[in-house]
Amino acid sequence: MDRSIPWAALSGGRSSTSSRSADRLAATCVWIAAAAVSAVFFWLLSDLVRHGAGQLSWSFLVDAPSNAGRAGGIGPIVLSTAWILAIALGVSLPVGLGTAVLLAEVTSPEAIFGRLVRRSLDVLAGVPSIVFGLFGNAFFCVTLGLGFSILAGGLTLACMVLPILIRSTEEGLRAVPAEYRLGGAALGLGRFTILTRLLLPAATPGLVAGVVLGFGRAIAETAALIFTSGYVDRRPESVFDSGRALSIHIYDLAINIPGGERNAYATALVLVMILLLTNSVASWLGQRLRGQHLHS
Amino acid sequence: MTTTVSSRIVSSRGVPSAAVSDGALARPVEIRTRSLSLIYGRKPAFLDVSLDVPRHGITALIGPSGCGKSSFLASLNRLSDLLPGCRVEGEIHIGEIDVLDPATDVVALRRRVGMIFQKPNPFPLSIRRNIELPLKEHGIRQRAEIDAIVERTLTEVGLWPEVSDRLGSPALALSGGQQQRLCLARALALTPEVILLDEPCSALDPISSGVVEDLIASLRGRYTVVIVTHNLAQARRIADRVAFFWLRDGAGRLIEEGPVDAVFDHPRDELTAAYVRGARG
Ligand SMILES: Nc1ncnc2c1ncn2[C@@H]1O[C@H](COP(=O)(O)OP(=O)(O)OP(=O)(O)O)[C@@H](O)[C@H]1O
Ligand SMILES: [Mg+2]
Repeated sequence: MDRSIPWAALSGGRSSTSSRSADRLAATCVWIAAAAVSAVFFWLLSDLVRHGAGQLSWSFLVDAPSNAGRAGGIGPIVLSTAWILAIALGVSLPVGLGTAVLLAEVTSPEAIFGRLVRRSLDVLAGVPSIVFGLFGNAFFCVTLGLGFSILAGGLTLACMVLPILIRSTEEGLRAVPAEYRLGGAALGLGRFTILTRLLLPAATPGLVAGVVLGFGRAIAETAALIFTSGYVDRRPESVFDSGRALSIHIYDLAINIPGGERNAYATALVLVMILLLTNSVASWLGQRLRGQHLHS
Repeated sequence: MTTTVSSRIVSSRGVPSAAVSDGALARPVEIRTRSLSLIYGRKPAFLDVSLDVPRHGITALIGPSGCGKSSFLASLNRLSDLLPGCRVEGEIHIGEIDVLDPATDVVALRRRVGMIFQKPNPFPLSIRRNIELPLKEHGIRQRAEIDAIVERTLTEVGLWPEVSDRLGSPALALSGGQQQRLCLARALALTPEVILLDEPCSALDPISSGVVEDLIASLRGRYTVVIVTHNLAQARRIADRVAFFWLRDGAGRLIEEGPVDAVFDHPRDELTAAYVRGARG
């Protein structure tokens, strides 16, 4: 089950000096690339901390914004964001899981239906989010009559993260060795048992990766929400109210509100912290689920 | 038992004259195939195989790579249902079960016909859960009963002393030979009548291989065993009967079958003679 690449085995056993120095060069390049990526991330983070950390406090997180966001906090905005994300994931997770199972386990890889769905998903995954926003506005807000609302925004995001979720779960399921399926069937296990007891647990890393990617895309989303969940920065009373997401708040403060930069930075810092937090929770959870599965 | 025991050359028509004519086969027939063929799309894996496997004996299938031995095993427990584009024709009877009848309950069939694969394939679960999961699927849910079966089957495969103190640890942490024995225990837990083994020792080191081989030999008299092996010495050591498959015109055929001594020492077919001499294949 160890999928890591045996670097030692790859580089060992070569004797010529030229290939050895080529190895060293390659290793140096890999290190430089890795260092560059980390450096960009830390530079970004330190910039956010430098400009935004001063504003951070408990009251910033819970208070309502005042003076168009220049002062006050982001309480209602955090709440709206949480609602939007909860709806997006609550809808896309079951639908995505079901579709992934259908694609990976029920249809054969060559079947026309599966190919069609897969191709559509790949196209959808690459569609710019503003297009999702326009679609969400036309369909959820106007056709379904939801208006500018948290529900419309959440559903629009669900459509947007669905392709990511489905594809990564499907890949996860397909990566499960065939011998689990054959071995399970040879023991008289039913399809449902094989799926729930063997395949899905083994595909959990893929699923978790999909959720993390989807969540990251959803929480960072601006364009798809402008036309669906809207701008209103009041505390939402229900999912049918309009609500402003964190990313829209940052955009608004940075672009439209002179003097809003400091709170924009602080809000961005909150957003990045949420992202980091969910990433670590998800990977911890994934590991735990797998561990439980192994030991129970 | 040593009276004129001879092997049978399987005619191209396929149907053996009497069900079992030679003396060694005093045992009743457990598995009976007639004109059995398995085809992947348009490519046949084996054609027209008619074979009788006696109850509670060990029957070895030998023959070169690609002659359809694994496919033959897969047809016996309908695992072939899972292989894409695969079609099985002919007749298989195991006990009173008409295997290829679409109305046959495959879950019940697979409970009676266990299978062990070349590569040990324990599930990524704990040792205990590996045995428990199929038991629960077949309606055995009492904890005490499951515990008893786990201990009995692990003892039967000689694993109990090695793992009794760590039943909760991952099965994948076991060595290859231990994993294969766990797979056997898992199959035995369902109290099958037939056990199909597809090159069960070939992925193991010599010592584990010997342990597993002795274990298989110990199943004689209690289970009907069909084992595919490339190891002719192994076939000779453990099998009562041998069936020799050969690839002819791109499809596997059963060439000759009979008691192990007859096939190895007095083969009737030239192909068999050459193969068991190790000259071909
Ligand atoms: N799932 C499959 N789909 C299509 N063709 C297959 C499949 N499995 C096996 N075959 C083909 O059927 C033929 C018989 O294969 P099989 O695995 O039954 O042979 P075998 O006697 O077990 O060989 P080996 O000794 O190498 O295990 C081979 O030509 C093989 O390529
Ligand atoms: Mg094979």
